[in-house]
Amino acid sequence: MTYVRPKFRHPELQKNKLGYTVDYYEGALSTLCAGCGHDSISASIIQSAYEMNIEPHKLAKLSGIGCSSKTPAYFLSNSHGFNSVHGRMPSVATGANLANRDLIYFGVSGDGDSASIGMGQFVHVIRRNLNMTYIVMNNGCYGLTKGQDSATADQGSKNKSGNVNPFDSIDLASLAIELGASFVAQSFSGDKSQLVPLIKAAMNHPGFAFINVISPCVTFNNNVGSTKSYDYVREHIEATSTIDFVPQMQEINVDYGQGSKKHVTMHDGSLIELRKLSDDWDPLDRQSAMNAIMNSKSKNEILTGLLYMNQDVKDLHHTLNTTDKPLNTLTKKELCPGSEMLKGINAGLR
Amino acid sequence: MEPTDINNPEYFHKVVDCQNACPAHTPVPEYIRLIAQEKYTEAYMINWDSNVFPGVLGRTCDRPCEPACRRGRVEEEPVAICRLKRVAADNKGDVKKHMPQAPFKSNNKKVALIGAGPASLTVARDLAPLGYEIHLYDEQRLGGGFMRSQIPSFRLPESVLNEEVNYILDLGIHTHFNHYVKSLKELLTKDYDAVFIGSGAPKGRDLNIPGRAEASANVHIGINWLANVAFEHITKVGKKVIVLGGGNTAMDCCRTARRLGGDEVKVVVRSPFAEMKASPWEKEDAAHEDIPIIDNHVPKTFVVENGVLKGMTFEKVKAEYDAQGKRKLVPAGEPDVFIEADDVLIAIGQENSFPWIERDLGIEFDQWEMPKVDELTFVSTNAKVFFGGDAAWGPKNVITAVAHGHQAAISIDLMCRGESLTNRPAPHVNLVSQKMGIHEWAYDSAVVEDIRYAVPQADKILTLKDRKKEVELGFDDKTAFKEAERCLNCDVQTVFAADKCIECDACMDICPTSCISFTENADETDLRNMLKVPATNLTQDLYVSDALKTTRVMIKDENVCLHCGLCAERCPTSAWDMQKFFYNVTKAGKGCASH
Repeated sequence: MTYVRPKFRHPELQKNKLGYTVDYYEGALSTLCAGCGHDSISASIIQSAYEMNIEPHKLAKLSGIGCSSKTPAYFLSNSHGFNSVHGRMPSVATGANLANRDLIYFGVSGDGDSASIGMGQFVHVIRRNLNMTYIVMNNGCYGLTKGQDSATADQGSKNKSGNVNPFDSIDLASLAIELGASFVAQSFSGDKSQLVPLIKAAMNHPGFAFINVISPCVTFNNNVGSTKSYDYVREHIEATSTIDFVPQMQEINVDYGQGSKKHVTMHDGSLIELRKLSDDWDPLDRQSAMNAIMNSKSKNEILTGLLYMNQDVKDLHHTLNTTDKPLNTLTKKELCPGSEMLKGINAGLR
Repeated sequence: MEPTDINNPEYFHKVVDCQNACPAHTPVPEYIRLIAQEKYTEAYMINWDSNVFPGVLGRTCDRPCEPACRRGRVEEEPVAICRLKRVAADNKGDVKKHMPQAPFKSNNKKVALIGAGPASLTVARDLAPLGYEIHLYDEQRLGGGFMRSQIPSFRLPESVLNEEVNYILDLGIHTHFNHYVKSLKELLTKDYDAVFIGSGAPKGRDLNIPGRAEASANVHIGINWLANVAFEHITKVGKKVIVLGGGNTAMDCCRTARRLGGDEVKVVVRSPFAEMKASPWEKEDAAHEDIPIIDNHVPKTFVVENGVLKGMTFEKVKAEYDAQGKRKLVPAGEPDVFIEADDVLIAIGQENSFPWIERDLGIEFDQWEMPKVDELTFVSTNAKVFFGGDAAWGPKNVITAVAHGHQAAISIDLMCRGESLTNRPAPHVNLVSQKMGIHEWAYDSAVVEDIRYAVPQADKILTLKDRKKEVELGFDDKTAFKEAERCLNCDVQTVFAADKCIECDACMDICPTSCISFTENADETDLRNMLKVPATNLTQDLYVSDALKTTRVMIKDENVCLHCGLCAERCPTSAWDMQKFFYNVTKAGKGCASH
């Protein structure tokens, strides 16, 4: 028996700007089921971090419990990681982010971890607009406990044992928009050409960025009648647009002549280039994003791509007016400003 | 691109780079696995069937397999295929019982073989068991041809050669040794049904520069000199020796000279060191025996004083290359160099020579006095006369001669049975799944990271004293196992079934060497650039699937696939399977088509 990934890599792998080849961003060998959508998302995360020239020690990956929450072991081995309590990843992320605002926070969760046990945490982290990327690997079932329907299983979807789900599902993307998330996207694990630019844009977004990724559970929810199977998703997928992410440093040649092309400039000058597929949708308009989702739903389509984005937002640090430095860089001078300062504060409270 | 036709055995054969590069197409990974399992006899027999002289070739082969080895494309050095072959030969048990046992039932056909080198011996081995009466002619007193006369005993012990020659002679071969065939015409008047000419390229090239005639007592043609040493007509050489030439014969000459009393042996070669024809390991062995190789020196004169050779003068040159990369040696503009010598050995090439073949026998010769030989069937323009080995197209090597012998034997058999010579038997092919269970394969799929192990050598002080003392000691069984484990099992093929694929990307994500991509189909040039890592090695094929559900195709670049099986491990639907591909060149009388 052998199940070890050889160390040899393709000798012609390209290096990124930091001089790393993509394998520097890999993690341990996955122990998830063969063919799990989550592994494909992990590969997209690896690719995105490599293409974004992220220094691995500048990123912290956080997760809760579940198949999805195991995945941080399978990517970015050289980054910080925290595997937290079930559904409580947002709390840990909030604490970490408040302590060190200089890191990129990358949260990974699942449909159980976010839509059931962690729903309370999920809605509040959105409401607070914590600067992080939050990916839900959504397979519509509890894969780790043998595939019971989860809260995101669609009404009428059939599970592996033939039972039809009687309950309506929670649509995490609509919920996130409703709660004021400033970057909301939806994608499919089997479509890296869409998912990779979405992850890159999400990591670049200076607020809460949510990506709901449909990720088939090949073992318990890939049967005929399931609305989260590879075949069903491929048949019902509908994209808002094709997407490309153009980092700020890169020179761009944009053909503005084409009517269906739209550019969204991000806070740092990076561009999101969208080739729109539907005319009545504007990613900067919350109303039209909600309408687009509803329209797709009524046609039994799964709308993917960037759904909504609000550039004009203030993240949690801004709202709380915290220090602009990570806490671990603060010195005695800033932390103990002296008795004069205390006197001034006390005087202000008289 | 069109989907790859994996039903064509040549597709997967090409993936097994070593086997494909071997002129005899020996199933290399198969015997390396057997060596790892300590099944040395079985490993030997796979070799014996394919290349007839495993013990000889395990020491002396030119190893075309090793530069082709895929391992050399993912790390520094290929698997030591050649020296593993020797391990099988050194450790084998009783192999004779697995060989055909004479006497054989006669088919009343007689075949004459001229020259007892590897080509003729291969023909003999293939035809004798079919009932042919084989008559083997050679001018020397023992069989083996150039394997005996040109390969020094410190590289190939006589006992090893004798053993493997005798396996063939024991098949009831009628030997006519000490018999130089002076006239093919005369031979053809005898009642042979076919004649095979495997007489090699016996004429060493001379160097006609000033002083050559005066110095002739101390100037020797390399291959003749080596033969005289092998048959013990020559037992010593002067203290200072110059060897001219940069090929493997020059390396054998200089190392032999070191053992016959040459204290200061120098190799002098026209070309730059890096472009010498000698195999790199043979150059290393010469350097190890304190033999300097002086490159970029063109011989000018033999210097003879009072009838005694004093040395040679050389002109210094440098290599210049034109836009096409073609080399030209131009004078370096430095003074000529004088090098002292008591003896000079000329090893600057060898040529074919057929003074004994009359030109009115229906055998056509070309402008270079080479016979016209069919490249597929090895028949000359005389339907009864076949050529093979160095005699066919000039000097090559032992393994090429063996490959020729197999094909010539097929032709002779077809001819004697009145069949068309172009009716070649198909190769023996098999393709079997290696899956045994979850994470379990019938082959050792783990890829080890060990770098190539060096073959230990005997102490130089001992080997330089005794011409017959073998230098290389061969791998011991533990090192052999470790070296065998470096083999990537390229014959265990990644077989893809498009109808089972659900396009989950698992194989693409897990592949350590990024060989697998899923993309829209295109023509080959575009596809090669569209892959996860562009496929720049144009000698390696792309494996293209049928269209998948999304209309995309699976493309696998065969170039640096480790055959680790992880694509198949990670495939939820067994669309990928690891299947062992066995390919063996069919020998005379064994093909389905011919019986």
